[in-house]
Amino acid sequence: MRRFNLNLWLGGGLVLLVCVGAVFAPLLTSFDPVFDANLMYAEEPPDAQFWFGTDEQGRDVYTRVLYGARISLTVGIVSQIINSVIGLSLGISAAYWGGWWDDLVNGLTNTMLAVPSLIFALAIMAILGPGLPSLLIALGLTNWSWTCRIARSSTLSLKGQGYVLAARTLGYGDIRIMATQLLPNMVGPILVISTLGIGAAVLAEAALSFLGLGIRPPFPSWGSMLTGARELIVIAPWAAVFPGLAIFVTVLGFNLLGDGLRDLLDPHMRSRTA
Amino acid sequence: MLRFTIRRLLQVIPTLLAVALLIFVIFSVVPGSFASSLMADGRTAADPEMLARLNEQFGLDKPLYLRFADYITGLARFDLGTSFRTREPVLDVINARLWASLKLAVAAMAFAIVVGVPLGFIAALRPGSLLDSVTMIGAVSGLSLPQFWLGLLLMYLFALVLGWLPSFGYGGGSWRYLILPAITLGVTPLALLARTTRAGVLEIANEDFIRTARSKGMSEARVVRWHLVRNVMVLVVTTIGLQFGSMMGQAVVIEKLFSWPGIGSLLVDSVSIRDTPVVQGTILVIVVWFLLINTLVDIVYAAIDPRIKQT
Repeated sequence: MRRFNLNLWLGGGLVLLVCVGAVFAPLLTSFDPVFDANLMYAEEPPDAQFWFGTDEQGRDVYTRVLYGARISLTVGIVSQIINSVIGLSLGISAAYWGGWWDDLVNGLTNTMLAVPSLIFALAIMAILGPGLPSLLIALGLTNWSWTCRIARSSTLSLKGQGYVLAARTLGYGDIRIMATQLLPNMVGPILVISTLGIGAAVLAEAALSFLGLGIRPPFPSWGSMLTGARELIVIAPWAAVFPGLAIFVTVLGFNLLGDGLRDLLDPHMRSRTA
Repeated sequence: MLRFTIRRLLQVIPTLLAVALLIFVIFSVVPGSFASSLMADGRTAADPEMLARLNEQFGLDKPLYLRFADYITGLARFDLGTSFRTREPVLDVINARLWASLKLAVAAMAFAIVVGVPLGFIAALRPGSLLDSVTMIGAVSGLSLPQFWLGLLLMYLFALVLGWLPSFGYGGGSWRYLILPAITLGVTPLALLARTTRAGVLEIANEDFIRTARSKGMSEARVVRWHLVRNVMVLVVTTIGLQFGSMMGQAVVIEKLFSWPGIGSLLVDSVSIRDTPVVQGTILVIVVWFLLINTLVDIVYAAIDPRIKQT
């Protein structure tokens, strides 16, 4: 009998919750996240009107957390797609073609692994300046090394298989073999690492925005909301609690979903969750 | 063993050069020079003569490949350049901050080891128990927690509400100032260590040699101490090394949050004022730290586990 996969369902549920919040944000609140500032209502504790309280400009924290999900999910998903595309193309082609290209890709991957990705992203943000496009580039270019490694090792073990040789005999080009014969056979592990990668990107976006290098106020990024909340934590602790909780729930959701997918797709990995 | 050690240490150099090149290239494509951002006051255009002089003073008027050659030869002499802002050697600027960062990293790691390893061990000895479930839920939460948020909440609770500890700053090196940042920074490695220890113990507890030891009548305490702990330690030491190596990177946000005068907060401050030599130098120090610790782990690993080929 198959064991109930708690990680998968709990993680999927949390991710779904955040997605619903992001997509239906305008239906779930009657306030505007940026323009409904009213100093008359500044720093109000949570009540029936303001579920999560208000911040120093009297904006509804609940509304800003909802709209913040849009930024976090956009950054997380888009940057992970960029990472996956880079990692997959480099990893598969390096292993398939071998030679100097493989050496080059390997060298680059090792270099990338030596620099902590947050530090790397920080350096890129320093150059490009704050904002959403810079964030997507900074986080999309710095976290592909594990994907690349997995794609490379899968390709190495797959490229000697009969069906790859058959495809080559049929006259398929290299690119076509990589896309139609190799890629579909590594979807499982890539899906797992990508799900975990989205969580990591959400965390990184929050950290960069918190440092003032990511999304700038007044736009409601969870990280930059925490920067503002730091200054008034004594009088309005709720302004710090809820955005952080939102980051936590989102990242936890993706981490659990990733673990759950791994259990589902590769039962052998079950005991080694480290 | 000596040959292995030397070879491993030499392998660090090409990676380091590659990283130096990468950082150098990234910062050289910056549109707008430092000189112009230093001069710009937002109202009047910068004086072109002044700009040229600043550029010349910092060697920014030379072609790119010459600047890189200068940079690398400087590196070989442990010269990381001169800070644009303070005009001091970058190495001195970093040196003044390094001690605080090391102190924070060691304290955080000690906290993670002392709490995380025993927790993972106890959890694994009773798999499926309440303690096990709580520990594992705690571990996955610890890995999902934005550290700076946790730090903010700890600051609020222990410094502002209870008043037990100072909220931020260095306090001239007093240990009371160290506690909150160290706990904050230690939570992620703690969670990872608890998970790794548990997974390691569970895996090794099912090995044949453990069953053999039990069936020949060895006492349970002796099985655990003699066979289990020794084998799990290899895995735990590796995780500790990897975490310790990446800690300087993770500390950036925490140092900034707690106004801790380490190289992490130096990096963030230098990024915001575009003090490129300091940014490059700080990143390089963080990478050197990471590579050295990893190499050390490899060497220790090879020393304690004879199965690893020393080639």
